[in-house]
Amino acid sequence: MRMIHARPVLVLLFVPCLVLLSWLNVPSFVYSATPEEIGLKIATEARARDDGFGNFTAREVMVLRNKQGQESRRQLRVKVLEVAGDGDKSLTVFDEPRDVKGTALLTHAHKKEADDQWLYLPALKRVKRISSSNKSGSFMGSEFSYEDLSPPEVEKFTYRYLRDEPCGDLTCTVTERFPVDKKSSGYSRQVVWQDKDELRTWKVEYYDRKDEHLKTLTIGKYKQYLDKYWRAGEMNMVNHLTGKSTDLTWTDYQFLTKLKARDFSKTGLKRAR
Amino acid sequence: MRGSAARYSLAVTAVWLAALIVVVEAHAEIEFAAWELSGRVSLESRYFPETGIDPSHQSSHTSGFVVEPQLYVEDVEGRSVNLVPFFRYDSADSVRTHWDLREAYVLLFGELGESEWEVRLGADRVFWGVAESQHLVDIVNQIDFLEHPNGEVKLGQPMVHVTWTADWGVLEFFGLPYHRPRIFPGQGGRLRFAGLLDDERVEYESGAREWHPDFAARYSHSFGPLDIGVSVFDGTSREATLVCMPPACQPTGVSDVSNVWIPYYAQIRQFGLDAQLTLDAWLFKLEAMHRSGDRNALGREREYAREYFAASVGASGFDDLVGTFRKEEYAAAVVGGEYTFYSVFGSTADVGLLAEWNYDERGRQALPRRQPLTLDNDFFVGTHLSFNDVQSTEVTAGFLMDASRATHTLGVEFDRRLFEQWSLHVESSAILSMDPAELQYVGRRDSFFEFHLEYNF
Repeated sequence: MRMIHARPVLVLLFVPCLVLLSWLNVPSFVYSATPEEIGLKIATEARARDDGFGNFTAREVMVLRNKQGQESRRQLRVKVLEVAGDGDKSLTVFDEPRDVKGTALLTHAHKKEADDQWLYLPALKRVKRISSSNKSGSFMGSEFSYEDLSPPEVEKFTYRYLRDEPCGDLTCTVTERFPVDKKSSGYSRQVVWQDKDELRTWKVEYYDRKDEHLKTLTIGKYKQYLDKYWRAGEMNMVNHLTGKSTDLTWTDYQFLTKLKARDFSKTGLKRAR
Repeated sequence: MRGSAARYSLAVTAVWLAALIVVVEAHAEIEFAAWELSGRVSLESRYFPETGIDPSHQSSHTSGFVVEPQLYVEDVEGRSVNLVPFFRYDSADSVRTHWDLREAYVLLFGELGESEWEVRLGADRVFWGVAESQHLVDIVNQIDFLEHPNGEVKLGQPMVHVTWTADWGVLEFFGLPYHRPRIFPGQGGRLRFAGLLDDERVEYESGAREWHPDFAARYSHSFGPLDIGVSVFDGTSREATLVCMPPACQPTGVSDVSNVWIPYYAQIRQFGLDAQLTLDAWLFKLEAMHRSGDRNALGREREYAREYFAASVGASGFDDLVGTFRKEEYAAAVVGGEYTFYSVFGSTADVGLLAEWNYDERGRQALPRRQPLTLDNDFFVGTHLSFNDVQSTEVTAGFLMDASRATHTLGVEFDRRLFEQWSLHVESSAILSMDPAELQYVGRRDSFFEFHLEYNF
């Protein structure tokens, strides 16, 4: 009964919001803005649309493939907590390969300063504070690096809008982004395709420090949760230099869970599984 | 002592099974949300290139296996039970063939206003500290010295562990009702000092013996890049003072293989501090502790000899012998750092470099604690190579050098996943040189190679 009453109210609230958002985010309308301003606006808006998700959990399966097609599997679970005014807190627990089962990684991301990271090693029951400056390193031997997997905080890049172009049935904006912290990033720039309707990212091209096209990420199977938040179901990263690739499948998205800030403490990390 | 260790494990297992049955019976309505069985089976082999101190009993080669399953059961409220039994078979040393309950605890937690409480009840393992060359402040658990001389493997410790987590940090209290004596290798085992330990006799300073209630507490917090912990322990030492008493032990000292020693556990108090500063790729580490109450026979040889001869004619007893030992009070520290070069030379590999300095106020009268060597003025340099490949290949090497004595050791470890659930561990522990003044001089020929083939499920 409650839902039936609530729905018209929600629609009434949503319609003006959507109108406002679409006006804000059609860059071609904003003739006076520079490409840098438009790029920043797209990034800011994409991030703003994800505001308020609160928390979620999900499962990830990675399939690593080498040039010869040999496969190797990784399985992990991730818990994410939104933090107002700062980067998200996340907890990643490894299930496979079995020799690292129970290993867990706690990240307190920050908008500007370096992230805080702790690693839990179950064999020694040891919590170890680790350096978070390893942005460009491979995540578990995959083609994803740590920076590819962390949510792109607006403040960590500068932007330049390039053009609009069709992508599948949609129209995408194509924007370049440049890391602010050039020392720790493995890239000189990234080129990002986002659809104009929902600002979902469909493709990212990564250029290494010598500005060579190193990797391409394609994203798909988006689903909307809580009528608002889009989450990808599939990601595919191809390394053009090595011929290796990694498929990342996301399943079991759960929003509005019972997760609290205390689950993202060092005490919570020792309990994580 | 072997007998008492086995009795301990049996008793604890029986208590636990009974408790589990009672809980499950009484709460038949408990909804189990999840359960999981995982663990490892490992085939292991060790080879000693040199002949040991007791060649008529010791062999140069030993093989065996380890089974360590883990059962985890969780109810819908998040409460859980964790069981980790451990068994090792060793072909050369019947004492090293041993089993233990590494973990058997109930975990409960909940909210307390803005903060959170957590209780772990049962046998568990706890780690404190930040350094790599030794674990100076780590004290809650007895080490499983039979497994590896590096002191990283621990026996399960019965405890009530209460944690209070709030904005101002983490406060933990440990009630430790039972003491686990350290078990040393048997007659067929290497990595023992010359003599053996009395199978039947363990002495304690406390009249309550192994049932003396020990306490520990720790406060820890993170301040931006700084992680800090202060701790206190009050209770039975985890380090045994070895006492040579007639008639089983002759005054021929530590190099006589026919001597049988009696372990004695004093009451101690330890204050500890551990801190790590994490700045970019740098980790700066400090551990420091102050301990009082341990007994030390070094420097008391004359008093001891007098009492020994009195004991050999029945004029004095065990307590008189221990009474000649110095009751010590000292500070020790380890300070150092770690720097990692990520993605070296455009590859995916990371290279970490470590350096630490170990200090003990007692100097040449220092005794080993959780590590085989005395670390009174010792430098450690090491490297850690992570190839970040699909097989997670890793190489670790550590070189330990006594600054005031001619003792040098080198440890090298290699780890690689072979395929899916199988992995390989190869290790070499080499004593490059040993100063004759070292207490461990008798173990100078105990360099070894070790090999594990591990299956994880």
